[in-house]
Amino acid sequence: MDSATSELPAHRTPLRDTAETGLKIVVVGGFGVGKTTLVRSVSEIRPLNTEEVMTQAGVGVDDTDGLTGKNTTTVAFDFGRISLNDRMVLYLFGAPGQERFWFLWDRLFSGTLGAVVLVDTRRMDDSWYAIDRLEHHGTPFVVAVNRFDDDARYSLDEIRQALALPAHVPMVDCDARVRASGKDVLITLVNHLHDLATAKEATP
Amino acid sequence: MTPRKPVDTGDPDRLYTVTGGRSRADESFDLVTLIVSESAPTPGMQSEHARILELCEHPVALVEIAAELGLPVTVVRILLGDLLDTGHITARHPRAAASVASLPDSALLQEVLHGLRNL
Ligand SMILES: Nc1nc2c(ncn2[C@@H]2O[C@H](COP(=O)(O)OP(=O)(O)O)[C@@H](O)[C@H]2O)c(=O)[nH]1
Ligand SMILES: [Mg+2]
Repeated sequence: MDSATSELPAHRTPLRDTAETGLKIVVVGGFGVGKTTLVRSVSEIRPLNTEEVMTQAGVGVDDTDGLTGKNTTTVAFDFGRISLNDRMVLYLFGAPGQERFWFLWDRLFSGTLGAVVLVDTRRMDDSWYAIDRLEHHGTPFVVAVNRFDDDARYSLDEIRQALALPAHVPMVDCDARVRASGKDVLITLVNHLHDLATAKEATP
Repeated sequence: MTPRKPVDTGDPDRLYTVTGGRSRADESFDLVTLIVSESAPTPGMQSEHARILELCEHPVALVEIAAELGLPVTVVRILLGDLLDTGHITARHPRAAASVASLPDSALLQEVLHGLRNL
């Protein structure tokens, strides 16, 4: 194609031509917990925003209402990406954790590898709904505690108790601003998924 | 929601115009389905269709197309359906099953781990 006719924004880094498999991980948690910060710290592109139009009944819209009808609402989310190898590219979605966005979650969780629940110990109440929803969906997840300002008020064990988290759910401390820390959170999740898959494959 | 720059859909009627009033999207396109152009834009083509073909010279995920065009995901699904029907694009759908709670196999996860460790 004639590249002179394309007006790609300077920040757009294209995927390799061999890229064929898109994968998804969702980062969930309350407002201001550090979802976008975590996505940014590990992403190879500046996080991008997009939005979905939906009715209360679910993602997408019905013909009687149309795309701009009064019963539709628009929900925004952000995402980043990591090229894992020549073929596989991982997309990380920062999803709002509030209850009224449950219909967005259903869409994002479909086909997702797993989820990271990001927790701020100053506002742990925000995490309950997210955890409940993931358990309901059967989506595997890990809990990452974003330690704002070296907050050390609660140990991981205390947070596990406060959230009534089962022992099999991995927990990890993180600093969402630090790339190595964000990478560690993702590895914790995928290790967990790998354990689950290996166990499942071992049962006839 | 996170404070953000609103996606600029301009006039609310723009969505109606872009889709020709249609609201049913092709649900086979996942957020991370990778789209590749199979031809250059043709003269007289709807500008959003042309823009997608320019963008997808190399593979681009549906969700990135939506972000670049400043259009909702559902609208992009409708536009991609048009382009697929006319043979202007090909779609590389995710390998992982689309059903909830279906774990991918350990070999795939091992590849993901390997990729993450090499970051
Ligand atoms: N001190 C500190 N600030 C953080 C940390 N993580 C995120 N922030 C800040 O907290 C604010 C909210 O983070 P953001 O990622 O936008 O939260 P989101 O609403 O979950 O996407 C931003 O100003 C971040 O810079 C952290 O680990 N420590
Ligand atoms: Mg955010």
